[in-house]
Amino acid sequence: MDLVVLLAIQVLYAVASLALISVGLAIIFGMMRVINLAHGEFLMLGGYAAIVATSQGVSIWISMLVIAPVVVGLIGIIVERAIIRFLYGRMIDTMLATWGLSLFLVGLTTAIFGNTTVGISAPLGSFQIGAYRTSAYTLFVIAVAAVVLFGIFAVMRWTRLGLIARGTMQNANMAAALGVNPPRVYAVTFGVGAALSGLAGAVLAPVSGVFPTIGVAYVAKSFITVIGGGAAILSGTVSASALFGTINQIATFATTPVFGEVALLAAAIVLIRLLPQGITGRFFRRGL
Amino acid sequence: MNARALNLLGLGLVGIFGLAFLILTPRVAELDIVLELTIYVIMAILALSLALIWGYGGILCFGQSAFFGLGAYTYAIAMFNIGESTIPLLLAILLPAAFAALLGYFMFYGRISDVYLGVITLTVTLILFNSVNSTAGPEFRIGVARLGGFNGIPGIPPLNYPGNKAAVIDLEGMFHLSTAALLATYFGLRLLLASRFGRIIVGIRENERRAELLGYDPRAYKLASFMIGGALAGLAGCLFANWGNFVSPTIFGLAQSAQIIIWVIVGGRGTLVGPIVGCIGIQWLSTALGANQPSGSLWWTKLLANAPLILGIILIAFVLLVPKGLVPTLGDFGQWLLRRRKHRIAASLKPKPAEEG
Repeated sequence: MDLVVLLAIQVLYAVASLALISVGLAIIFGMMRVINLAHGEFLMLGGYAAIVATSQGVSIWISMLVIAPVVVGLIGIIVERAIIRFLYGRMIDTMLATWGLSLFLVGLTTAIFGNTTVGISAPLGSFQIGAYRTSAYTLFVIAVAAVVLFGIFAVMRWTRLGLIARGTMQNANMAAALGVNPPRVYAVTFGVGAALSGLAGAVLAPVSGVFPTIGVAYVAKSFITVIGGGAAILSGTVSASALFGTINQIATFATTPVFGEVALLAAAIVLIRLLPQGITGRFFRRGL
Repeated sequence: MNARALNLLGLGLVGIFGLAFLILTPRVAELDIVLELTIYVIMAILALSLALIWGYGGILCFGQSAFFGLGAYTYAIAMFNIGESTIPLLLAILLPAAFAALLGYFMFYGRISDVYLGVITLTVTLILFNSVNSTAGPEFRIGVARLGGFNGIPGIPPLNYPGNKAAVIDLEGMFHLSTAALLATYFGLRLLLASRFGRIIVGIRENERRAELLGYDPRAYKLASFMIGGALAGLAGCLFANWGNFVSPTIFGLAQSAQIIIWVIVGGRGTLVGPIVGCIGIQWLSTALGANQPSGSLWWTKLLANAPLILGIILIAFVLLVPKGLVPTLGDFGQWLLRRRKHRIAASLKPKPAEEG
């Protein structure tokens, strides 16, 4: 029984962390049709922002939940203005340019921080489930993911900002005719996506540590989650994370973490063969 | 001069230059330079494999290094088990091609769009990297060959002349072999692209729907060109494993994949000479930047030696400023010059309007 609860928490954690690292990418891809291959590096920058801020004496909660998203969000807006905006509608060129950006950021952080892993210890300690102990930080990550997902839903559904964003993505010309400034909406959307990536990177930093090439570990997982999910941002991310996270965690539990990851990636390839439009191309079509 | 004659002239020039390079280099250059040039030549074959499937076939493959690495690992493992290099060499070409067939079946027959294709090939590369990386333990072995995990496989036996185990190909022989393979690949691809098959894959790149309505099955043609690309990358991988007598999982890595893409972008999509030029140029640049590193050097020379940083800047700059790549852009420039000259000559020949009236 204790083992079942423990396994349930682990599965939930895998799902939550998958959703957390993918949601920024899902916003950028789902709303702007921009494939941002520098996504992993945005997560990495979020981790570094949190760690640097913490080592300067800022409270770990503020540096994770406020400083990291703000810093990475600003970087995102700069990137959108400097590179992405020239490439709208040229999907493949955007991929290539953001891949260049990803290499550039890896090189830059290696030059600044060196090629070593830096970490912060996870706060909150651990708690007991029957005969097992597990980190309370796990529950914190799950909570953050839930809050982020609900927050996106609320903003998109109930605020004027969300209405403008959805309208612009559906028909930019019409939105412009009604007085919206699409370039600004794009810049803000990209910034928000980047900020959420920064938040995810910071929240996961105590778990995994941060090093310049950590983005590689994230990027494939978040991409297949977004693609597996399909066009709808929220329901896609949630359903794909749930599927892949469960597969990953169960395979990890049965064998090794490496095999868990391989199972996740292989499942994704099969899924895309079966449902080329992603999960939300077939199910939950009216979702947000 | 018409286009056909220009085309033949270009082919002839490449052939003469290639042969001269093949024969003369080991006579005039020191052995270390020959060794350096050998790796450039091997990588140029890899660049050509992507030039075919991306530049001509329009298949955005971000995981060309998967086939490259598979070729290298296949050769290494087969070599330890067999000891004579003919079959390992063939396996190193066939296995990546078979893998490309399997992967291509999933992608093309699933009718996955370009962009997803890029992401899937990237994912496959990462799967291979992760799984090979974790095979360090002694229980992971194929026949007598240990996979070695992140340590890689050292001491891979070199190629020998077919049939004679003792007649090992030396360093100079490797240079000859690699250069000959590059030339054969180049001319083979030129032939392929001039054939009916080549016309059709270019047609599919230009407009898949139209090609399909004309009765061609784009899935089969894409699959075939993808397999050829996989086989060529496997050949390059086999030569690479020979060159260093060593393979490690980093050849599956993202950095390797990115490099191949950058060679093709810099050189120019839709040409064959371009990716070769891009490949050799970029590698020469990385070597030159990385080599001259006195200790305690200035911070900006350290940044220059930082390969990902420089490659990233090059990639961004080319996508934004020279999206067609070097060779096509130079070609456009040359044509513009020619046209301008023609106009000027035409203008000077035009009879002046009669003044006496």
